[in-house]
Amino acid sequence: MSILGTRVIRTEDPRLLTAGGVYVDDLRTPELQRAARLTFVRSHLAHARITGIDTSEATSEPGVIAVLTARDMDDLAPPPPDDGSGGGGGEAAPLPLGGPWAEPLLAADTVRYVGEPVAVVITDGSYQGEDAADLVSVDYEPLPAVVGPAAAAGTEVLLFPAAGTNVAVAKPAPADDTPFDGCEVVVEQDVVNQRVACMPMEGRATAATFSGGKLTVWHSSQNAHLCRLILCGALGMAPDQIRVIVPDVGGGFGAKVGIDRDALIVVWAARKLGRALRWTETRSENLVGMTQGRAQWQHIKIGGNRDGRILAYRLEMTQDTGAYPRTGGFLPFLTGLMASGVYDIPEVQTGYRVVVTSATPIHAYRGAGRPEAAAAIERAVDLFAAEIGMEPAEVRRRNFIAPDKFPFQTKTGALYDTGRYAEALDKVLAAAGYDELRQEQARRRPGGDVRQLGIGLSTYVEITAADGAAGETAKLEVTGDGTATVYTGSSPHGQGHHTAWAMLVQEELGIPMDKVTVIHGDTDLIPAGVGTYASRSLQLGGSAVYKAAAEVKDEARRQAADMLEAAEADVVLDTAAGLWQVRGDPDTSLSWGQVAGHSAGGSLVADVSFTADLPTFPFGAHLSVVEVDTETGKVRLLRHVTVDDAGPVLNPVLAEGQRHGGIAQGAAQALLEEVLYDAEGNPLTATLADYAAITAPDLPSYELVASETPTTLNPLGVKGIGEAGTIGATPAVQNAVVDAVAHLGIRHIDMPATPQRVWTAINEAQKAGNQ
Amino acid sequence: MKVDLTVNGKDITADVEDRMLLVHFLRDVAGLTATNVGCDTTSCGACTVLFDGESVKSCTVLAAQASGHEVTTVEGLAGDGEMHPVQRAFHEQHGLQCGFCTPGMVMAIVSLLKENPRPTEEQVRTGLEGNLCRCTGYHNIVRAALAAAEAMPGQEGLRESSPRADTEVPS
Repeated sequence: MSILGTRVIRTEDPRLLTAGGVYVDDLRTPELQRAARLTFVRSHLAHARITGIDTSEATSEPGVIAVLTARDMDDLAPPPPDDGSGGGGGEAAPLPLGGPWAEPLLAADTVRYVGEPVAVVITDGSYQGEDAADLVSVDYEPLPAVVGPAAAAGTEVLLFPAAGTNVAVAKPAPADDTPFDGCEVVVEQDVVNQRVACMPMEGRATAATFSGGKLTVWHSSQNAHLCRLILCGALGMAPDQIRVIVPDVGGGFGAKVGIDRDALIVVWAARKLGRALRWTETRSENLVGMTQGRAQWQHIKIGGNRDGRILAYRLEMTQDTGAYPRTGGFLPFLTGLMASGVYDIPEVQTGYRVVVTSATPIHAYRGAGRPEAAAAIERAVDLFAAEIGMEPAEVRRRNFIAPDKFPFQTKTGALYDTGRYAEALDKVLAAAGYDELRQEQARRRPGGDVRQLGIGLSTYVEITAADGAAGETAKLEVTGDGTATVYTGSSPHGQGHHTAWAMLVQEELGIPMDKVTVIHGDTDLIPAGVGTYASRSLQLGGSAVYKAAAEVKDEARRQAADMLEAAEADVVLDTAAGLWQVRGDPDTSLSWGQVAGHSAGGSLVADVSFTADLPTFPFGAHLSVVEVDTETGKVRLLRHVTVDDAGPVLNPVLAEGQRHGGIAQGAAQALLEEVLYDAEGNPLTATLADYAAITAPDLPSYELVASETPTTLNPLGVKGIGEAGTIGATPAVQNAVVDAVAHLGIRHIDMPATPQRVWTAINEAQKAGNQ
Repeated sequence: MKVDLTVNGKDITADVEDRMLLVHFLRDVAGLTATNVGCDTTSCGACTVLFDGESVKSCTVLAAQASGHEVTTVEGLAGDGEMHPVQRAFHEQHGLQCGFCTPGMVMAIVSLLKENPRPTEEQVRTGLEGNLCRCTGYHNIVRAALAAAEAMPGQEGLRESSPRADTEVPS
């Protein structure tokens, strides 16, 4: 019986549960035994000129080894020449803009957000570091801050005067209203997809040593190899001079792709001082220093006819990118690519501009551009449905891309591989008991029940493994003792790769899971790799393991044929027993150990890379049920039912876990979480006492419905599941909140639907109704 | 200052700074790194340990305050190579992903079940309000707590209704 598709509990867990993981701060390796602690001195102003830094008092403190500022950074690689394009990867890749927008390591003359690194203090212990950092005296000449995208549109205050504008990238939508002119109904709405914190439970952490001309860097990251590439560029070193090790990682959610500015400073300081250093950020640092997500201000315009047919859709975006454009136009580009979602809309227009503001830089957060697209179109469809007075499920059904139209080329340039959107919606409606929910809602309406029921839908499609051409690596080695080792370029931080990859090896080779070791995250052991982000691991990294196993199997067959003195075609692998045999002659069994031992070098090895020509497009439907207290505005999430179809499921335990986590983060954005700044650009949510991270009592248990539509783009038929939750859940929960109060004439409430915001909407609607 | 405390049944004496937090004592002096630090405002619960048998956030206790007391971390929970029922339930119910919040979660639930051996789902959720997880959406953590309550020795038959075995709805 195949192990694929069965519920296998994780091999990773016993260690994590009894001894705890080994995260960067837990490393007790000999090289780090005497490591000094690095503490950052960060800007407490949102925008200011640095007129002087006095480190003398800090330097003379006991236990202080060094205090370093930008002036000490005389050994960095020169920045690449400005080619006039603004640098970066344009829209195609999340790369920083260069030229006038270039981001320094330690700030030299200007700070542009609260939390920007200005100096570092190196001490024997962490408590001493905090003391000494307080003694570094930085003279600032305050400048007015640019708070929010509206302020960024002006030119009174420029964060980068040499650029002459706060608009870093502009790709305006075509100003062509013709498609809307023929529509019976047109609805427009401003929609805020607010700034949120990624907030992995483990913040950023880095340790580094420099010895014998070689840097060794331990970093909490989603991909060691990208870290090495970035380090090479920043420090002017060759790849063989740098070893990056990624130990256990306490969550990433996009914010740990590669290595960021603060960690580069740590590594630079270790090289500069020639001694081992450690840095583990505090949560208060994390909430101003780690990149954040979303922060997209949208204007939607949707037009169609009263029969429910949507004819035109326009999405205009202003992407707040924070103080430095670290991703160019990548995020709103992805939003634009996925703008029309699951709908077959004849005319789709998108456009965006990326603006700099006095805030923490924005980067990928679980979904990275796609949740913003789903939030916009799913709100738009509900607004359109409300305007024409049609059931929102029915409007969706009338506009879905039909199942016989795949592969489907969207107006925005995406090529959807496979999808069965109506089926996903029908499944979720049936599982939730949609008709009964609507009846219950109707029962509560007329009496003015204080607790109104809201039912929210979202039907979504997303893009996963968008960079499938970059592929993923796997090396599989079977040795004479009959064990297998997988070296993967993919990089788990909670997803369960060790379990999943071992399942694939057992399936293909019949080597039992407990004899399979999975190694990841070490650039000396794994020369090339890409990593874990963009829901790419199983479809690329898993397919690479599958491909490597097939190659090992081919070579083993040749060896076994030689040993058994049989024709290759007559040699078969009994995967249940893990034995090679001559067909029809079970007495001729050879174990994997025997076959591997017979091979040259005593082992069977396949070293492969798997690439996919095209991305995959998972899809699904979410239904959320909320109760809104109309007197207090308090929202309670009662139920959340989902279909998330990412093709055949390798291990339902792992896939469900991914869905659960994403749903919670989606609900968190819809209901609670928001990074806030005051008018001077001071962060108001810089601790976990202030940032409303979602907790267990805020959430129900989720109801998951299975659905598996394979893709043809990889041998496993799988798509990505990691980001389904934030893409599908966020608009479903938001739509449910609006639906709960729709009878009061409310059409839209921005996220997060806090009690204050919901109460205000109700209060204003009632006032308007009384006039 | 000199502190003397029992950690996982072992007596540890050390000279520490007056201001040293218990969590740093556990990690840096006792060498027990399973207990993690996830915030600096006593909000996240990653550092939860048992202090004389009751859960505390060890970032909000001074090592000095723990002198003369007994502390248990997740490393001290399993006996004779056998996982504690709460640890086993986390494993069986997939109650952990990245594992960072896990030691604190496990200790919080051990303490919760001691106070309330047969909690409802709502009581588990309320009881875990001070422990943040960013990976699991809490779903399987709650299931693990309910399953552990079922499995704890001497607690059979205490629950009136079974936890939801599974939320998978057949398609």
